[in-house]
Amino acid sequence: MPDERFPGLRRRGFLTATGAATLGALALTGCGGSGNKGQDDKGGTPKRGGRLRAAFAGGGAGETLDPHLSNLFVDVARAKALFDKLADYGADLSARPRLAAKWESNKTLDRWRVTLREATFHDGKPVTAQDVLYSYRRIADPKKAFRAKASLEPIDLDASRATGRRSIEFVLKRPTAEFPNVLAAFGAYIVPEHASDFDKKPIGSGPFRFVSFAPGRSAVFRRYDDYWDGAPHLDELEFVVANEESARVNALLGGQVEYAHELNPTTARAHEGKGQIEIVRLRNSAMQAFCMKTDRPPFDDKRVRQAFFLITDRKELVDGALSGAGEIGNDLFGKGYEYYADSLPQRHQDLDKARALLKQAGAEKLKVTLDTSAVAAGFTEAAGIFRDQAAKAGVTLDVKMGSKDSYWSDTLDNGTLCCYRSGAMPIDAHISQRLLTDSATNATKWKHKDFDALYQQAQSTRDKTERAAVYARMQHRLYAEGGFLIWGFADWILGTARKVRGVEAKAPANSLDWARFDKVWLA
Amino acid sequence: MRGLRSLVARRLLLGIVQTTAVVLLIFALTEALPGDAAVALAGDQPDSARIEAIRKAMHLDRPAPERLIEWVTGLLHGDLGTSLTSGRPVSSYLTGGFGPTLLLATLTVALLVPLGFGLGILAARHAGGLIDRLVSSMTLAVYAVPEFALGVLLVTVLALRLGWLPPTAVGYGTDLLAHPAALVLPVLVLLSRPVCSLTRLVRAGMIDALASPYVAQARRYGISGARIHLTHALPGALAPAAQHLARTIDWLLCGVIVVEALYTIPGLGTVLLNAVAERDVPVVQGLAVLFGVLTVVLNLGADLVAHRLAPRAGVAA
Repeated sequence: MPDERFPGLRRRGFLTATGAATLGALALTGCGGSGNKGQDDKGGTPKRGGRLRAAFAGGGAGETLDPHLSNLFVDVARAKALFDKLADYGADLSARPRLAAKWESNKTLDRWRVTLREATFHDGKPVTAQDVLYSYRRIADPKKAFRAKASLEPIDLDASRATGRRSIEFVLKRPTAEFPNVLAAFGAYIVPEHASDFDKKPIGSGPFRFVSFAPGRSAVFRRYDDYWDGAPHLDELEFVVANEESARVNALLGGQVEYAHELNPTTARAHEGKGQIEIVRLRNSAMQAFCMKTDRPPFDDKRVRQAFFLITDRKELVDGALSGAGEIGNDLFGKGYEYYADSLPQRHQDLDKARALLKQAGAEKLKVTLDTSAVAAGFTEAAGIFRDQAAKAGVTLDVKMGSKDSYWSDTLDNGTLCCYRSGAMPIDAHISQRLLTDSATNATKWKHKDFDALYQQAQSTRDKTERAAVYARMQHRLYAEGGFLIWGFADWILGTARKVRGVEAKAPANSLDWARFDKVWLA
Repeated sequence: MRGLRSLVARRLLLGIVQTTAVVLLIFALTEALPGDAAVALAGDQPDSARIEAIRKAMHLDRPAPERLIEWVTGLLHGDLGTSLTSGRPVSSYLTGGFGPTLLLATLTVALLVPLGFGLGILAARHAGGLIDRLVSSMTLAVYAVPEFALGVLLVTVLALRLGWLPPTAVGYGTDLLAHPAALVLPVLVLLSRPVCSLTRLVRAGMIDALASPYVAQARRYGISGARIHLTHALPGALAPAAQHLARTIDWLLCGVIVVEALYTIPGLGTVLLNAVAERDVPVVQGLAVLFGVLTVVLNLGADLVAHRLAPRAGVAA
């Protein structure tokens, strides 16, 4: 596939793999002319009516509206227009109640009582505890491979039950202090009981109701007037699929769509502040990293890992691999999210210290293979830049290009060093999915019983301040000697027509306000 | 006439063998690609238990030959199978993508034939003159521009700067005929290179024919210039042009990936691109069958036309 010529054809933009976080820093760092203007304009009162067309990269003729099969950005954007989750993520990736009005746990944090708000599906039927249990059991079906299955794993669905029409008691397999995060998990949408065919006329409880769907081409939805969170301002919402980035930009410039998702930094620079379209940057979004396998040479020696932390010139990587559209990282996941350890000093390149550490470890003239692939924007560029940086410390990196369709699977257990990225998710999810002994995608092979124990301790700690302290301890350890060399956080870039209002900029992908169209209006 | 019939039979038989070979090759190559549909679908969550579950749900855990045989059995009954990723019938993928592709191809060919032949004849009539040099240099220049570059250029100038045409066909789906303006740019891009090569072929063929003894003889009989050009020289030049045209139509029908991606036209090229990325083997195989059949039929047609126009040239079977 001609990827160098057509970077936009990387349409497999997996949602959890990218994403966007915004910090309060948005107001401080280069908001730019368009950002300020946008805020002035947003002062107006929302106007009702009109049709908004939104262009996304899509999944071709195989696309489906089954919310539990959501995989791509466009899948989730459509799913959240038609359906709701019990909870969803705020800008700091903490869970906010949605269909669930409230939740409370027992003392030991292994039983949670969730009360649903009064909401109705598009056919007028109320959303009940039975619908919730049906949806979760469908996701957890061992014969299926729904993505959210792993997230719902803490729930013992056989023991969980409806205690009323709108109340559910979830029985958990172990104490889970962050249980609300489970309710907000990727793809954990609530569908009506017994729903299984979503191609014909899917019924949800979301802000828009179904009108028509042509897989890989377009989906048209109409306002649901009885939406529990207030009816959307738009009359109609149409999702159109344009896999090529240039096609999305051109359609936006030519007035064929009003919203274009996933733009390149160069496009953003070309149009930012020019007045033709608005560029929205969801700052500090996708985590960008190199992943060191800590269970094998040379990275089984923590001094080598520490040397690699110090070899890295993060600014150069952000400027080169991300075209400057991003912020530097500090080897910790989740900048700006709840529990992020922002008190740790920012790490900088220190080649002398790196060389000394390598010498101590007996790893002078080290040779390592760095796996990369065109699977994500900036990967191959980052690999090239890092190779040059490592050479300055006497380390030879041999950059190896892999297939982009199987990259994640290829690099999970093989190799020693690879390019890595991740989208927004709560820090506890990052730890449980990637950093525990039994984690399914433990790409750094970080397996430490005491670290596992700290995680269990955090999940069993009721008090939030105490819990934050445990998370801080875990992050200190990762900062000192972890396997993730997290060098940056990329912006996530959207383009909108000038008349579009109400697009939230403090909204990491995967969070509630990202690609949320019920609060958007046309001026 | 008997010879012609046996030629057709031979070519059809060969075509079936070729298509079968293509399908087998495609199956083997797709199997040889790193990762399968389960790995592609699991993406950045390569949890091995989940990949196994997906594989099982897709029936990918069965041996490859078994899957191939099942698919071939279905094919013999006219069943192209179902997509691995969506579970929808492969035939719906093909019919869905074929409409836009056929529309683009038809429009392109409808313009290509008069333009290519017209310019070629014009240049040949004025061989060596100003018009010939103008046509020849223009066609060479346009031919040298890659289609993606031309596509971007046309969008920038005609759609975004001047605002005469819509930049893409996004959101129009298969109903492209209702938006004829959106078809102008893609057809222009598709047309650009074939017109150049066809013009040059026709010109060269005509010049050759005009220099031939039989044309000289016709001239000696005092036959008018126009008649010599159209009824004596042109048929000789048509034979290679017909074969070139067949290849062009084949290219147009078998997925013009770049133009489809640039203008967001949901044709067969887009279907192919997605199916390969998703390792959706049944869809890739269905496309291979379709493309194989199209190629065989078109080439056979071109050979028959060439045979009719220039019997002496002979037809390589």
